[in-house]
Amino acid sequence: MLQKTSAEVGGMGHSVKRKEDLRFVQGKGTYVDDVRLPRMVYGQMIRSPYAHAKITAIRTEAAKNHPGVLAVITGQDLEKAGLSWMPTLFHDKQMVLATGKVLFQSQEVAFVVAEDRYTAADAAELVEVEYEELPVLVNPHKALDADAPILRDDREEKTNQIFHWEVGDRHRTDQELQTAPVRAEVRAVFQRCHPAPLETCGCVADFNPATGRLTVWETSQAPHAHRTLFALVAGIPENNIRIIAPDIGGGFGNKVPIYPGYVCAVVASLQLGRPVKWIETRSENLQSTGFARDYHMTAEVAAEADGKVKALRVKTLADHGAFNAAAQPSKFPAGLFSVCTGSYDFSTAFCEVDGVYTNKAPGGIAYRCSFRVTEAAYLIERVMDVLAAELQIDPVDLRLKNFVPPDKFPYQSPLGWTYDSGNYQAAMNLALEKIGYRELRKEQKEKRERGELMGIGVSSFTEIVGAGPAHTFDIVGIKMFDSCEIRIHPTGKAIARMGTKAQGQGHETTFAQIIAQELGIPVADITVEEGDTDTAPYGLGTYASRSTPTAGAATAMASRKIREKAKKIAGHLLEVSAEDLEWEPGKFYVKGAPSKAKTIQEIAFAAYTNLPPDLEAGLEAVHYYDPPNLTFPFGTYICVLDIDKGTGEIKVRRFVAVDDCGNIINPMIVEGQIHGGLTEGLAIAFMQEIGYDESGNVQGGTFMDYLVPTAVETPNWETGKTCTPSPHHPLGAKGVGESPNVGSPAAFVNAVVDALSHLGVRHIDMPITPWKVWQILKEKGVAE
Amino acid sequence: MNGADHEAEVEPRLLLIHFIRDVLGLTGTHIGCDTTSCGACTVLLGGKPVKSCTLFAVQVDEQELQTIEGLIENGQLHPLQEGFREEHGLQCGFCTPGMIMAAHALLKKNPHPSEQEIRRGISGNLCRCTGYQNIVKAVRYAADKIK
Repeated sequence: MLQKTSAEVGGMGHSVKRKEDLRFVQGKGTYVDDVRLPRMVYGQMIRSPYAHAKITAIRTEAAKNHPGVLAVITGQDLEKAGLSWMPTLFHDKQMVLATGKVLFQSQEVAFVVAEDRYTAADAAELVEVEYEELPVLVNPHKALDADAPILRDDREEKTNQIFHWEVGDRHRTDQELQTAPVRAEVRAVFQRCHPAPLETCGCVADFNPATGRLTVWETSQAPHAHRTLFALVAGIPENNIRIIAPDIGGGFGNKVPIYPGYVCAVVASLQLGRPVKWIETRSENLQSTGFARDYHMTAEVAAEADGKVKALRVKTLADHGAFNAAAQPSKFPAGLFSVCTGSYDFSTAFCEVDGVYTNKAPGGIAYRCSFRVTEAAYLIERVMDVLAAELQIDPVDLRLKNFVPPDKFPYQSPLGWTYDSGNYQAAMNLALEKIGYRELRKEQKEKRERGELMGIGVSSFTEIVGAGPAHTFDIVGIKMFDSCEIRIHPTGKAIARMGTKAQGQGHETTFAQIIAQELGIPVADITVEEGDTDTAPYGLGTYASRSTPTAGAATAMASRKIREKAKKIAGHLLEVSAEDLEWEPGKFYVKGAPSKAKTIQEIAFAAYTNLPPDLEAGLEAVHYYDPPNLTFPFGTYICVLDIDKGTGEIKVRRFVAVDDCGNIINPMIVEGQIHGGLTEGLAIAFMQEIGYDESGNVQGGTFMDYLVPTAVETPNWETGKTCTPSPHHPLGAKGVGESPNVGSPAAFVNAVVDALSHLGVRHIDMPITPWKVWQILKEKGVAE
Repeated sequence: MNGADHEAEVEPRLLLIHFIRDVLGLTGTHIGCDTTSCGACTVLLGGKPVKSCTLFAVQVDEQELQTIEGLIENGQLHPLQEGFREEHGLQCGFCTPGMIMAAHALLKKNPHPSEQEIRRGISGNLCRCTGYQNIVKAVRYAADKIK
């Protein structure tokens, strides 16, 4: 157990108010669009109106001759520099600006640079592009048909199949499914959706011809990885590239990849020798960058008659759009999807995923989750409910019967993961108690008798976060460690830098709390900086809830290195051997003589003024942490909702979320992240969808059509926690930002299906809109 | 603007948000969408909240505007600014200035709003991080403090 520091020091477990807020509440943050440089010019993208079309001509003269226009860049121009295509983060390549043909609506075709943004927009209208429409492939189920158009004629393989991937024991799983007394199946689509952080993507690229240095202010969740990729792709020496990720207005995975707009701005700046700003509009953001999911899944469970599960078979079709721009660094094409056995003790399982190309925007990124974990958690939690309905067992009882028991941890899952720790019963029991589950079931029964529709949905998810162990995760070969560098100043104040980059997570506060915990230096005396590749140690960035599991661990380890040195200095100052010293947060004292002590501040001063002869000056440390395993946060969520039979409207009445993320750094921040993640889960369950019509026209391409919840639709969330520390993390912490988004969609959907289960409803695909519900009510003859 | 006079010659089509950010250099007010949906650009025009992405700069000639930069008085945070920090009503901070200005207008009109009134009052402003619960608490904190 961690020793609790005083409130003034503010170590782990204190709800320290956030250091970053003082600038944000005064409008003094610096987001990319706030960066204004002398002689800065503006870029505007020209995009394809068609989903699949040959480009027969691009005429740029009129735009080039427009007053104030400095450059018009096309794919052909980039081709000369070898930059018309760029590698994606997962073994594919992507067009920067289209050459030959376009493959999705809103694809990048040309880039105009002008003195101001209005002139750039005017000039974009003057670029004439001639297209010849080609047959469009929208439905992934038709992608492998013999008569399907082959979309990627740039590839050697003349097929729309990107990959086939399988894991587990196919033969044994098939056998179990054939012979099991009970079988349950669900076919579920996890719709295409978009993280839509409130700040869109953008950059300011500034190439200085005099020094040969390129500085890019960029909305990047992974600035160091971007620097290396820019160096590899554009051939600029890495020491001449500086990426600065300033304040970021939310990321949720959207800001992990490199997008064509960044590359075009860099090319334009290299060409013009002036800073070039490019900022997406919201519509461009929704239509072209960073979509998530589009997983078409089938799950089958084999079980005994009493509900004990035996085997799980999962088959999935993954629609990646025009390019496989999956922003995921695992060795597996479907990321961590094979965590799909969830919290349940299956003896065998088999999972296969086929990835295909379609004429849709490329992706998919991990929207507020580790790679494909939301899909996996949703699927298993859905099929468990279908099994419960088949068996007419309460879904809670079915889960309790099948949980991996606490004494089985570390648990080897049948699909190859080693869950580090867990106590699923404890989280479930707390959630049941908090919501008053058994009473709610009674109420539901009475309501049903009166013809009212009330549903209770349970989801007992297991997350897998903290990418990751170097043996399983890398980006272009770079291992997925993360880092921290700490410098203690002579006056006992400190600055620390990490390879991660917050987008709202509050690292300036929480990482300072880790140092406060380890060294006893008050949080107020510690400055945390991230995002500048010239100053921060190398790291792989913030996503997949990896910051605490990796950089957080590195921060603890770097602090401990400093403490080791501090101990030697304290021994010197107190004229005792270091072995005779005891530590309590903030000071070393002599064993048995607590009044003979030196504070960390006194030691810091001595590190620069009065050192033992055998020690180097200074008090600093760097640590690169490669986690031995991932961490496995978990929880139980319960949703209670009522359905209006007249309108199909759903009202979430209560929602209890019990999370277990191990030891907590800042309870206030953890709770805030849970509120936010649940709200995104609500949005996905009921509102958010990036749809396409048959011609490949995007249907959710603006905030008028892509619905995100306001304060009115969002209910009050009730939270609770259990604590099962990670056995391998130096602080026993696990990461939490994504759990609520991973675990909650199933709770919402399970609740809606539960409300309608007596009418024979077993599954409804998201987003569950009032119109969808009303159609079901009408079909079942209960609409009013 | 925020109690001071400003004079500039602008194109008739210049949006108010670009005037505020690019001409006056007040970058606290943000742009989150292109369909008047998100409210990140909310400022007060004559004390009423407007989405400054959907007005031309010339439309506010001779009128009184307030942005997040004009909320602090004598170096003291406004109770709303204090409330957002105390109640953890922000995470990435991008929606915060617009959200605070919308809440400011609400509290001027209705100094003692109920939870539902707060939720309705900020429903023109989207937040992707907080789930609104702590924003509601922050507005309540400010309402209590102003009282």
